[in-house]
Amino acid sequence: MEKWRYRIKFAKTEPMRYTGNLDVQRALERTFRRARLPLLYSRGFNPRPRINLASALPLGITSQEEIADVLFDEKIDEIEVEEELNEACPPGLKILKVEIIDLQAEILQTQLLHAEYSITFLEEFSRLTEALKNLFAQQEIIRVRRGKKFDLRPLMIEWEELPADQSNHQRILVRLSASQDATGRPEEVVDALGYPFQNTRIHREHLFFR
Amino acid sequence: MTISASEIQNKLERILPYVQKPGRYTGGELNQVLKNWENVNTHVALVFPDLYDLGMSNLGLAILYDELNQQQDVLAERSFTPWTDMEGQMREKGVPLYSLESKHALIDFDLVGFSLPYETLYTNTLNALDLAGIPLRSDERNEFHPIIIAGGHATYNPEPMHAFIDAFLIGDGEKVVQEIVEVYQKCKQSNLSRQEILKALSQIWGVYVPALYQAYYHQDGVFSHIEKVWEEAPNPIRKHIIPKLPTPVTKMIVPYIDTVHNRVPIEIMRGCTRGCRFCHAGMVNRPVRERSVEEIIQAIDEALANTGYEEVGLLSLSSSDYRQILELVEKVSAHFEGRDLRVSLPSLRIESFSADLMDALKDSRRSGFTLAPEAATEHMRKIINKPVSTEQLLETTRAIFDRGWHNIKLYFMIGHPSETMDDVLAIVNVCKAVLAEGKRIIGNRAQVTASVSNFVPKPHTPFQWVACDSIEIIEAKIQLLKQNLRGRGLKLKWNSPQETMLEAWLSRGDRRMAEVIYTAWKSGAKFEAWKEYFNYDLWMNAFNINELDPSFYTQRERSLDESYPWDHISTGVDKRYIKQEYQWSLEGKTRPDCRNHCYACGILPNFNNLRRQNPGDFWLCPEVNHTKSSNLETKTIPDPS
Repeated sequence: MEKWRYRIKFAKTEPMRYTGNLDVQRALERTFRRARLPLLYSRGFNPRPRINLASALPLGITSQEEIADVLFDEKIDEIEVEEELNEACPPGLKILKVEIIDLQAEILQTQLLHAEYSITFLEEFSRLTEALKNLFAQQEIIRVRRGKKFDLRPLMIEWEELPADQSNHQRILVRLSASQDATGRPEEVVDALGYPFQNTRIHREHLFFR
Repeated sequence: MTISASEIQNKLERILPYVQKPGRYTGGELNQVLKNWENVNTHVALVFPDLYDLGMSNLGLAILYDELNQQQDVLAERSFTPWTDMEGQMREKGVPLYSLESKHALIDFDLVGFSLPYETLYTNTLNALDLAGIPLRSDERNEFHPIIIAGGHATYNPEPMHAFIDAFLIGDGEKVVQEIVEVYQKCKQSNLSRQEILKALSQIWGVYVPALYQAYYHQDGVFSHIEKVWEEAPNPIRKHIIPKLPTPVTKMIVPYIDTVHNRVPIEIMRGCTRGCRFCHAGMVNRPVRERSVEEIIQAIDEALANTGYEEVGLLSLSSSDYRQILELVEKVSAHFEGRDLRVSLPSLRIESFSADLMDALKDSRRSGFTLAPEAATEHMRKIINKPVSTEQLLETTRAIFDRGWHNIKLYFMIGHPSETMDDVLAIVNVCKAVLAEGKRIIGNRAQVTASVSNFVPKPHTPFQWVACDSIEIIEAKIQLLKQNLRGRGLKLKWNSPQETMLEAWLSRGDRRMAEVIYTAWKSGAKFEAWKEYFNYDLWMNAFNINELDPSFYTQRERSLDESYPWDHISTGVDKRYIKQEYQWSLEGKTRPDCRNHCYACGILPNFNNLRRQNPGDFWLCPEVNHTKSSNLETKTIPDPS
């Protein structure tokens, strides 16, 4: 059977902030179906389309760089795919780029290295710079996630301060590890800074691959 | 105290990170309609008083949303009741109940419509009004408050909620909502008072304004009659019907999060000609109206293009009775082949043809097949007027196992009138017989699940006269099933008798029940349909405080000539007819399907003008002849007696 692999770069925007990873996948699938694009389905008891997301995005985080690989059973021009997808997108998705890639190319997850997040503080964080410097100065930051202890420190790569936004909220950029076995979560960093993550807005800016 | 949409939006941003499944509370989905608030004349909020996850799968809500938003000068927005964590946050941070589209507070709308398909939503309705800052009682509201409307199956007995709802919409809602809005707009233009607006609304076919009537009771507490307090109020209030089902909604909202049904719902037929005596939907949704195969296929096509859903539900009360069902199923399969589309076809009859139908759908998943014998003996099935022979049931299950299904789910009810413990025990025998068929055909993979619910007598049905089982009796029956329905391949599901009682009290309640509902809500009752919230003691206490006896509403045997609190609501089926049905049930007499012969239930005489104006076979009652119009009721409808 003929197979074509497409790499789709898309943004997840405000209306879908609270759409979880599985539901994002579902929303993508329905977008392909509305666009009548030839998604390849797995055969069997419960046919599923082959949609492979580079990195799960936690609930509550928006992104301007999400990447998915999908399989079609027919070749269609990339530009056409992009246009048709964008026409069919729900308000919370925007397709940024579509390209055909080699069927044998490594799967996205194994290639992913880092992810970069911008964090906006909705309430003033009086000694933000100092707190960040302190955090990054530590040797290890032992935390507990789902009952298991782990060290957050090696997952934190680098940070920088960003200019305040229009409402004068402080902003920073952090780069975290995003490889399969070592994924840093931005809420963990905010929490480690001693700031309630509920008072932040987090946006994924960029994914870095090998 | 008013709060702007942008203030609500700002506050939401701060509270959503603290609640479970915040995606329920944001709106912004594909196909939502967001109009400019300022440019639109009339603002309607449509509320389903339970979670978003449930309400978004409600077809009625989707239909009204679509109908209203097609009007240029009207906007309709959705609202649902929040789960308790969100409610806590909203109350703490001063966020009133708001609409998902524009985030306007409900109190800023002109009309607020509640969907009440079942009684267990009553306390949530009060909670929603309270969370919206709208006075709970109709007589406490003034010119600044929205008009509160309610419709849906439960409102065929509107009386228990009469104190809280300004106007009920009885019957098919899709066209009359526009009329309600038009009348409202005219009243507003003429600066009429709230009182006058409600009076004007009461003149619309299907609208019931409870404040225009007063209820009277006998000394012993039994309902006596209702009197108008305004001369021009209608009595009886006739349900509204649409003679022909309009084109189905095809641009439904697609939620971002998982809901109970993630599918395109297409109603293929409304109503049912079978006349099962326990069935509320079968009595109140007459006459039967079908959509054409072409219309259905086209609607699915459009809806798939608009939504991208993977599943279509072909909905009706009894799919097998749709006259072109095989043609429909074959055409759907052919038309959508290769589109990875699942088609669900619920409510199939007990006949081997049902297995053929499912086969024709070419669905590879053969997980479960559901049949609803409702009672386990032929004698009992005659009483409830679902005369299926046990052999027919077994033959059907053989056909189902033969075609590759492993699990057959059988729906039963316990508590039918005159039911004995032997009738209950017969459920076990039937299940075992079905399992034996399965084992013979596919071996030990065969599974039978008995899903047993407790019968609740419903208003406007032939069983409105009968007493409901007491909790003790229901418990004994369930116990009997638990003891005997066990072993490999057998599974039993049952319902809580306490929850059944609540449904039973409210179903046949009168106006006095409003105070019980209010007291229960005040002491914390909400989300009654959710096990984690339903609290029986709290309801008993509410009855006590209001000096009412719950068993008066449920366990009392009612005399044949008793007047009922819902008698002034006309479903088009005459009380004389359902009374005869009740008497026939006592004699074990069955009533055949009425599609081949009219048994004069009352629908035709009550709607004969409508039928005459809408000839054709989409409406399953006999046609009404032009020339015989004067004495038509006696001429064309044979009296079965």
